Amino acid sequence: MEQPSPSGGSEELSESEESVYSGLEDSGSDSESSGNEEEQEEEEEEEEDEEEAPGSPSTLQTQAQGKRKALEDDSPLEGKQDLVVHDEYKEDSSDEEDIRNTVGNIPMEWYQDFPHIGYDLDGKKIYKPLRSKDELDLFLEKMENPEYWRTVQDPQTGADVRLSEEQLALVQRLQRGHFGDVAFDPYEPSVDFFTHEVRIHPVTNRPADKRSFIPSLVEKEKVSKLVHAIKMGWIQPRKPREGAPTFYDLWAHEDPNAVLGRHRMHVPAPKAPLPGHAESYNPPPEFLLSPEEELAWQQQDPSERRLPFLPRRFPSLRAVPAYPRFIHERFERCLDLYLCPRQRKMRVNVDPEDLIPKLPRPRDLQPFPTTQALIYRGHSSLVRTISVSPSGQWLVSGSDDGTVRFWEVSSGRCLRTLPVGSVVKSVAWNPNPSICLVAVAVDEQVLLVNAGLGDRLLVSGTDQLLEAWEAPQEERPQPVRWEPAGAEERARGVRLRVQHGKSVMQVTWHGKGDYWASVVRSPGGRQVLIHQSSRRWSQAPFRRSPGLVQCVRFHPLRPHFLVASQRSVRIYNLLRQELTKKLQSNCQWISSMAVHPGGDNVICGSYDSKLAWFDLDLSTRPYRLLRHHGRAVRSVAFHRRYPLFASGSDDGSVIVCHGMVYNDLLQNALLVPLKVLKGHAPTLDLGVLDVAFHPQQPWIFSAGADGTVRLYT
Amino acid sequence: MGGLEKKKYERGAATNYITRNRARKKLQLSLPDFRRLCILKGIYPHEPKHKKKVNKGSTAPRTFYLLKDIKFLLHEPIVNKFREYKVFVRKLRKAYGKSEWGTVERLKDNKPTYKLDHIVKERYPTFVDALRDLDDALSMCFLFSTFPRTGKCHVQTVQLCRRLAVEFQNFVIASRSLRKVFLSIKGIYYQAEVLGQPITWITPYAFAHDHPTDVDYRVMATFTEFYTTLLGFVNFRLYQSLNLLYPPKIDTQAEDELKPAEGKEYAMDSESYLERLSALSSSLARAVAPAHEDEVEMDEFPVEGETAELMDAKKKEQEALEKHKKLFEGLRFFLNREVPREPLAFVIRCFGGQVSWDKSLCIGATYDASDPSITHHIIDRPRLDKQVVGRYYLQPQWVFDSVNAKLCLPVADYFPGLLLPPHLSPFVTEKEGDYVPPEKLKLLALQRGENPEEESEEEEEEEEEEEEGDNDKEEEEEEDESEKEEEMKLQKIEEQKMEEQKTQSTQSKKVLPVKVTAGKVRLEDKQRLEQEQQQEEKRLAIMMMKKREKYLYKKIMFGKKRKIREANKLAEKRKAHDAALKEQKKKNKKARQA
Repeated sequence: MEQPSPSGGSEELSESEESVYSGLEDSGSDSESSGNEEEQEEEEEEEEDEEEAPGSPSTLQTQAQGKRKALEDDSPLEGKQDLVVHDEYKEDSSDEEDIRNTVGNIPMEWYQDFPHIGYDLDGKKIYKPLRSKDELDLFLEKMENPEYWRTVQDPQTGADVRLSEEQLALVQRLQRGHFGDVAFDPYEPSVDFFTHEVRIHPVTNRPADKRSFIPSLVEKEKVSKLVHAIKMGWIQPRKPREGAPTFYDLWAHEDPNAVLGRHRMHVPAPKAPLPGHAESYNPPPEFLLSPEEELAWQQQDPSERRLPFLPRRFPSLRAVPAYPRFIHERFERCLDLYLCPRQRKMRVNVDPEDLIPKLPRPRDLQPFPTTQALIYRGHSSLVRTISVSPSGQWLVSGSDDGTVRFWEVSSGRCLRTLPVGSVVKSVAWNPNPSICLVAVAVDEQVLLVNAGLGDRLLVSGTDQLLEAWEAPQEERPQPVRWEPAGAEERARGVRLRVQHGKSVMQVTWHGKGDYWASVVRSPGGRQVLIHQSSRRWSQAPFRRSPGLVQCVRFHPLRPHFLVASQRSVRIYNLLRQELTKKLQSNCQWISSMAVHPGGDNVICGSYDSKLAWFDLDLSTRPYRLLRHHGRAVRSVAFHRRYPLFASGSDDGSVIVCHGMVYNDLLQNALLVPLKVLKGHAPTLDLGVLDVAFHPQQPWIFSAGADGTVRLYT
Repeated sequence: MGGLEKKKYERGAATNYITRNRARKKLQLSLPDFRRLCILKGIYPHEPKHKKKVNKGSTAPRTFYLLKDIKFLLHEPIVNKFREYKVFVRKLRKAYGKSEWGTVERLKDNKPTYKLDHIVKERYPTFVDALRDLDDALSMCFLFSTFPRTGKCHVQTVQLCRRLAVEFQNFVIASRSLRKVFLSIKGIYYQAEVLGQPITWITPYAFAHDHPTDVDYRVMATFTEFYTTLLGFVNFRLYQSLNLLYPPKIDTQAEDELKPAEGKEYAMDSESYLERLSALSSSLARAVAPAHEDEVEMDEFPVEGETAELMDAKKKEQEALEKHKKLFEGLRFFLNREVPREPLAFVIRCFGGQVSWDKSLCIGATYDASDPSITHHIIDRPRLDKQVVGRYYLQPQWVFDSVNAKLCLPVADYFPGLLLPPHLSPFVTEKEGDYVPPEKLKLLALQRGENPEEESEEEEEEEEEEEEGDNDKEEEEEEDESEKEEEMKLQKIEEQKMEEQKTQSTQSKKVLPVKVTAGKVRLEDKQRLEQEQQQEEKRLAIMMMKKREKYLYKKIMFGKKRKIREANKLAEKRKAHDAALKEQKKKNKKARQA
């Protein structure tokens, strides 16, 4: 039955109501007792009496109760309560009587989802009043009911309560910030409970204690402690508080030469960059970003942005807002100043033109091929290899379509076609001008072909030379088989057939025209063979070959033999049968090699698009690595008379360079690129497959993957 | 071959550097203390030339300090103060824990403090060094002086920053050393020239700060601690150099004028002093009464040849500078209340102008808005109802643009409510090949003394003529015209050819299946050929470059090309914009006519 003390205004209302009905004495809630109220109370009592006197029926009674309920809040007094209690017990039929919630002082929203709102004294549920009103009803009520504005809902019972005049007045007073009690006067004059004036007589006349005369021992002890602490310097006198810092002329005696030791390494912080036009609040219109640029700017990473801010334009200074990243930027500057490692960097202030090496002008280095002069058409597939006759009159080319074609250089006509039946890997014209012989590497054999072009005497002389061979008495074991060609083949010009048993990659002649070498694709074993055509004799000079042999060449002057493996070039002395030099190419995979007619320089083309120039007198490393081509270099060539060399590459270009070699050992070779010759269309990712210089003229032939041979003059 | 074995990393670069952690251990400081020390002493990490060698073969990212720097820190008295402070905090905590309030009081009274004077002297052995490094100090002080008095940092710091900033501003006014001003979207940049050193600082626009959470204010506060000390000493020295009193005193004469009327006390005298000073409207008291504007005249020495020219140029420059300093001399400005008062008052006073504002806006107003002697009224609202005859009503940008242009610009573009001409950065000096906005060109012409107005008028006339001509046929720009003509010619030639061919073919059909056309002389453009050849030569030479040089060359060329590309892009944008504007104008005109 006990109710906790009220806390809120509305609860107070219901609480006091409760106390009224329960008959409990609620002395704590309102205990003001001024004469004024008593009078009021008396009046009310009288009223009650009057109402009672006629002995009105229960309806009247309930009316009075309702009224009382409204009044109670204002001045619920004991006498009245007694009266009410009396009333209640007298009349038991009141239906309000059993509305008595026993849930206690709890938040009523806990009962929000239930149909009841608490329990009465008997433990029965108190149901919420039926709320069948919808929005419309509510509205109608609002419109029609003049009392609507003063109707509030009792949270304890859920019933509507109409506020009485007194309650309304109370609410208004509280809203205005006045005291709830009308009669209370907050501005009463204050009255001292005792006079503030100094009187001659004391209020109490108690004699002073003895201890107030005797010095305190405890205090003495404390003082002595303090004295001791002061003596010992433990307690310092209070320092004067420093207000603002004082400034003086710090640099009065400045010594410009006083540079501290560390300042030698001092790197002053760079100043913050100054703002450009784009940072203006009203920049020229071209500095503003277009919507696309702005979007791109926003999607960029902040560290990648060229401009760290978004340029904006404001119509007037008034419209400029605060910059939101101002503090950030100052902070970042601070971080830069003390956290960023500093390093003195020399700014490269070079004119880019100075970087370009000063080379002699190509015009001064003429002659060299400059324009495409002729195209030799006829092959139906890519032309793998070409070779020029020593007289410079004829050209032989081998192609993937299984033919070898002989061309006249000056007219571009195909003079003869020799079908060989398979892919021609390599052709080589005998460099001896008195012999008209071409070596053709086809499949697993090398054909020695008499071209039958030019001087009859020469042709017949060549045949005689080949037939002068007599079989030796004792057959020596040979790595290859020499077979004379059949009658039909002979008619076509083939004289000898050298069966290798494995596919032949390359053939090359010695300068004298008797010896020739072939490279055989056989893993591990004998890859290089040297043949003598006059004696029909072959031998394998190396028992074991160093890796995959790519290319071999005879030295033009000395009895040396150059073998290019994947990464290096070995030079063997054939007479003394030893390795003289090994050149490191610095390339991944050598594709071709050519020897300077002087014999002291070698160039190597590689599949990683480099061209290495070796000076044999200098070192075994390349004297110069030229990265002129965009793609793999397929072949390289030296001119026999002019200081020219060329390289053909998969990008379809032939680059002709000036490669002057001086007799003076102190002067290094001069390499100048002269001309980029373009003409071959890249097909199947292949461009130029072979290049060859004309023996006398500064002309160059190139064989391309597009099935043509081209002449540049 | 005797001798000791040489160990790796015991000589050379590895011994010159020390990692941060090792440095910290050597100094026996906690990381925050170490950082504070580094900030105060201006010690920064160095990037070694061979990082791997210094890092003893490891490639882990580490910051390295010079060992010398750290050794130098070892003798720093402030390190001891840091340690004392640590002890103080410990004692205080203990006293609090034991509730010994007396001890707490005593400890608090003896709180260890340190001074940074010697560090300033050490970091900047000469005054000019200090001036050179003043940019960041000023920017920071101006920022901190706008902070609220509560919250992020100590009130004293904020007040000190404000004081120092105002003092510096007053010095700049007194010495008339301001050179450039720039209104950016970030804030206002100022550049002053003190003792030949350009000093640039930025102040934020006067708004409340939205304090970011990802900023470490302790770091900023430490920087500010040092910067305030530095700026204080610099201010002292600067004031001394001008024979001004420090701390600054307002001129007594001006002070009398400034005294508020009786009974209308503004605030306590001591408090209002700084405010009056910060109003920037009055001149400062001098320690020595200034003699009447004794300008130091340069003695003339007999010089010859180039030096004479140089001297002449110098003299001219000096004259221009003097003129610039007196830009607003004799002008009286009035600032409307919506105009940012402090920057404008500062700038105007720096160039000799007189400035005032509404009395209710700020202390220090010297004359009223109704004063008839006002020549320029700065206003930043679209229009003003009551305009007084006899003064220009201008937008604030006029003041800044005039300062940057070093001459009083024509006022017509800056009347209230007009679309302002672009505000250009005075810090940009365009080199050859850079993009130059047309406004800048106009300005340069103005500075040279030419009057672009006439030209523009002419242009306008031309435009008008063009517009007249428009009725017949659209005219293109000259270049386009010439191009078109050429095209037309070519077309005509081709048409002729076609016709000829047609006739020929008809004839040939009749007469013969073989035709012989007359050979045409192919004209070779020699210049172009030459150029092509040179280009090819260059390409070939580039092929011969060494790898490293080629890389450098390509990088430089890339940068150059990008620059050109950007400049072209800007020019194109401008062109498009102007074309659009023109179109708009035309339309408007037509609409008006119709």
